Amino acid sequence: MQTTTDQNRQQLIEYINQLPDRPYRDSYLIAVLHKAQELYGYVSRDAMDLISSQMQIPTAHIWGVVTFYHYFRTQPPGRYQISVCLGTACYVKGAAEVLQAFKDRLGVEAGQITEDGLFSLLEARCLGACGLAPVCMINDKVYGQLNPDKVGRIINDLRKAAR
Amino acid sequence: MSKITIYINGKPYKVEPGQTIMQAADKLGFHIPRLCYHPKLSIEGACRVCIVEVEGMKNYVASCAFPVSDGMKIRTNTLELRQARRDIVELLLDNHPQDCHVCERNGTCELQRLSYSMGIRNRHFEGQRKDYPADESSEAVIRDPNRCILCGRCVRLCSEIQQIHNLSQAYRGFKTVVMPAYNIPMKDSVCSCCGQCVNVCPTAAFLEKNHTKEVFAALNDPSLVKVVQFAPSVRAAIGEAFGLEPGHNMEGQLVAALRRLGFDYVFDTQSGADLTITEEASEFLERLQGKGKLPMITSCSSAWMKCMEQFHPDLIDNISTCKSPMSMTGAMVKTYFARRLKVSPEKICSVAVMCCTAKKYEAARPELMVDGLRAVDYVVTTREAAWMIKSAGIDFLNIIPEPFDEPLGISSGAGVIFGTTGGVMEAALRSAYELFTGQTLVDIEVQAVRGFEAIKEGKVVMDGQEIRVAVTHGLGNASKLLDMVREDPKRYHFIEIMGCPGGCIGGGGQPYAGVNAIPLDEDALKKRAQVLYDLDRHRTIRRSHENPAVQRLYKEFLQRPLSPISHKYLHTHYKAKEPRGVIPRS
Repeated sequence: MQTTTDQNRQQLIEYINQLPDRPYRDSYLIAVLHKAQELYGYVSRDAMDLISSQMQIPTAHIWGVVTFYHYFRTQPPGRYQISVCLGTACYVKGAAEVLQAFKDRLGVEAGQITEDGLFSLLEARCLGACGLAPVCMINDKVYGQLNPDKVGRIINDLRKAAR
Repeated sequence: MSKITIYINGKPYKVEPGQTIMQAADKLGFHIPRLCYHPKLSIEGACRVCIVEVEGMKNYVASCAFPVSDGMKIRTNTLELRQARRDIVELLLDNHPQDCHVCERNGTCELQRLSYSMGIRNRHFEGQRKDYPADESSEAVIRDPNRCILCGRCVRLCSEIQQIHNLSQAYRGFKTVVMPAYNIPMKDSVCSCCGQCVNVCPTAAFLEKNHTKEVFAALNDPSLVKVVQFAPSVRAAIGEAFGLEPGHNMEGQLVAALRRLGFDYVFDTQSGADLTITEEASEFLERLQGKGKLPMITSCSSAWMKCMEQFHPDLIDNISTCKSPMSMTGAMVKTYFARRLKVSPEKICSVAVMCCTAKKYEAARPELMVDGLRAVDYVVTTREAAWMIKSAGIDFLNIIPEPFDEPLGISSGAGVIFGTTGGVMEAALRSAYELFTGQTLVDIEVQAVRGFEAIKEGKVVMDGQEIRVAVTHGLGNASKLLDMVREDPKRYHFIEIMGCPGGCIGGGGQPYAGVNAIPLDEDALKKRAQVLYDLDRHRTIRRSHENPAVQRLYKEFLQRPLSPISHKYLHTHYKAKEPRGVIPRS
């Protein structure tokens, strides 16, 4: 049976093969990296090695591009992706304390993932829910009027739900 | 094309069009300060140190990247410009450790020199400092991002000249770090250990792994017999570390200085080179008679060997099985010489002074062990040896030259020229011709393989058979040559590849460029090469197999070239290594 990784590899190769053959084929690198992140959920080392051998681009160069852009993740995202809004409205309503509460309770910095792979913490600019400031988004759900205590309860609930 | 007129600081000059302001100014005697610029590399324009004022332009322009045009009015030294340049260098310094007094590059650092010439005498700001662990995993090259000023010379050199593409600038802004892919340790990367990043780094972000402490400890251990060898190109360059212009032969001085340091026996790697050639020429003739694959490719450059195993493993069967002159000399020290001395090889400390950082990696390769011991215990670069001599208070420039010790101190002219691109080929042809035809090669200097062109081709006719050879230097050129071989495997019979530009004389362990000099300057390399060609010309013995020390070695120990005992001690094998390197299609 094919594993998910095998399927991802195959789809990535197919994507690279269908790219128009023209000079400066390297310029498709970013498009290919987007595809890899779409397939794997992040740009895995496996994907970068594959892109390197398929497109004949040195891995160091790919690594330079991947790390330059914030959009690309080099680690799998957590099951719950927490984006804490640091937009102006949220900020004046105490988003910094909210973010700090997430950091303290999860034991990670923004941009990192908890060791159990359950939570990834991100900073976000305005989520368009300023009326509920300060807010965060966890996967597709918006949580409003946050404070450090509420942060603790949300995390506990999600941990329970994940069991 | 007709010349154009430019004005520099108010005076008119006739210059060729189609060049940059910096190039034009250089020829007119204006040395505009610079940092990220290197004449052999692409233009980065990152450091902004080379800015000049051009009339009609709103901002200062980077003279390394801006072309001259007719009537252009350039100012290179106004008060505002001086201030702006000084500010740029000061901002670099703000993020720099500023611990010059404990830095390896103290006195040879380009940032230090720039800071002085800009007139920076006090510090106004305290910037944020970087705090990354130094990567000391490699046997050869250490990477310390804290000292890096992100000029990008190493990245460009590794990609453009060597085509190893091991380094890139990862992450962004203040967090940018020069690193291998995935931030893996240098030892697990595709790094060839050539050390050219060390040569071009203006600061100490790349250094060789230092072994002087271990060598000084061994020198102070009375229970050890201390044996040292040094490579041909070390004598051609070490004078530069003591302030001499390139082009001085310091062979006798180095022998004397190494004895003053405490070595009991000083041997010549050239003696091992003669052994290499005798074996390699015999191996070539065997292959020519159908035993083994052609073209045969030389294997004495350790950076090239690592590069071959990671980038070109399809050609492993073409690689000569001969060990390098250093490893052959080391093997003979731990066997033949130990027996002559009647001491246990464990009691011999074998040191090599090399122009090379990759030799440190080579010396640690398990395949090259001799009866369970390292053939060479420590490798120090030309730079490290120069430092040891200075540090021990030895007056190198005024010391009375001394001869090498026997038995591994005698060498032929063929062994000497090993140190420059084309030298191994020339030396091998001198011996192969005689071994094959039984006649003496009349025109002993093979001009076709001399010089600094990227790929040199030559032909020799031996008993009616045409032998086609090719020579290249620099790993990027090697890739191009190997693609030609893959396309037409019968194009050549014999190929010499040296990992560094110019061959060993341009090695990654050679003295840093002095004030007003450029790392890897071709004129300096040519002068070093000339030292070796002059030494060869003044030798009475110019063919490796005529070296009496080598002949005696065969008589007393090795029996004959390619004998079972020669195979045991002088030959090795290579295998494909991970990670596999990728060379982009150009």
